[in-house]
Amino acid sequence: MLAATKVDVAVFGASAVIVLAGAIGVVISANPVHAALSLVMTLFGVAVLFVAQEAHFLAAVQVIVYAGAIVVLFLFVIMLLGVDRRENVAREELRGQRPIAFLLGIATIAEFVLLTRGTSWVTGAESVVGPASGPGANVETLARSLFTRYLLAFEITSVLLVIAVVGAVVLARRPPPERPEEPEPLAVPERLHTPQLDDAAPVPATEVPAP
Amino acid sequence: MSAFLRGYLSVLVFGFAAVAMVGAMLGAGRLLRPSRPQPQKYIAYESGVDPVGTGWSQSQVRYYIFALLFVMFDVEAVFIFPWAIRLEALGIFGLVEMLIFIVILALGLVYAWRKGVLRWV
Repeated sequence: MLAATKVDVAVFGASAVIVLAGAIGVVISANPVHAALSLVMTLFGVAVLFVAQEAHFLAAVQVIVYAGAIVVLFLFVIMLLGVDRRENVAREELRGQRPIAFLLGIATIAEFVLLTRGTSWVTGAESVVGPASGPGANVETLARSLFTRYLLAFEITSVLLVIAVVGAVVLARRPPPERPEEPEPLAVPERLHTPQLDDAAPVPATEVPAP
Repeated sequence: MSAFLRGYLSVLVFGFAAVAMVGAMLGAGRLLRPSRPQPQKYIAYESGVDPVGTGWSQSQVRYYIFALLFVMFDVEAVFIFPWAIRLEALGIFGLVEMLIFIVILALGLVYAWRKGVLRWV
C-alpha cells in the first residue's frame, strides 16, 4: 500500500510554495526579465514535483529544456524587443480583454474545484509515467513508446524544429550588402557600439622617459 | 519516505552544503574587508572604459538564431537519452530512426550555415 507519507507531503508543500511564488512573480513583475527569471523558479519547482512522482527523466528534461533553453529563448526575445522602453499597462490592446480574462480565470478555477470534488485527491499511485521498478525504468518505458507507437510524431518533431530554425533565419537574416567591399557604418545598435577613443574618459598621458 | 525520494536526499544535502559554503565565504569576506564606498566602485566594469548606454538596451536579432539553434539541439539531446537506454533492444531500426531524426535537424543547421547567419561579421 502506497500512501502519502509526511515527507511526501512536505516535499509537495515546499515545491508548491516555490511554484506558486514563481508564478506570482511572473505575473506581477514590472520588468519582463524579472518575470522570465521567476518562470525559472516555477519550472524548477515543477521539476521537484516530477521527482516526487518518480518521473526523474521528466524532471531532468524540465530543467534542461525548459529552465535552460526555453527561458533563455524568452530572455533573448525580451532583450530583442528592448526592455528599456516602458510599456503602458493601462492601455488595452484588445477591446475587452480584461473582462474576458477575468471570466476565463473564474471558469478555470471552477473547473478545478469541480474536478477535485469529483475525484479522490490522494490516489496512492506514485508514478504516472510507468512502473518504476528499477533505475532507468521510466526512460525505458518512454523509449519503448517513443520508438514504436509515437515514431511518426517523434520524426515530425525534428521537421517542426527545422521549420522554426528556417523561419528564424529568414526573419533575422540581413540582406547581403550591395557593395561588399564597403562596410556600411552605424548598422549596429548602441549596445554593440564599440567605444571609440574620443568618447572614452581622457586618459592621462604618461611620461615616457626618452632612452 | 519512499526509497526513490531517499535517493534524492543527497541532492538536498548537496544543495544545503553549497548554500552554506557560499554563505560562509561571502560572510567571511564581509567580516574581513574594509568598507570604503565610492561612487566609482558601482560603475559597471567594461574593460576599463566608462560604460556606454544602459545595460537594458535592445540587443540584436542575430543572437536569437543562436538561441534557437541551442534549443533545437537541446531537444535533440533529450530524445537521444531514451534511445541510448534502449539502444540494444531497438537495434538497427532504432539507429536508422535516430539517424533520420538527426539528419533532418542537421539540415536546419546546414541551412543556417549556408545562409551565412552563423558568420558574425
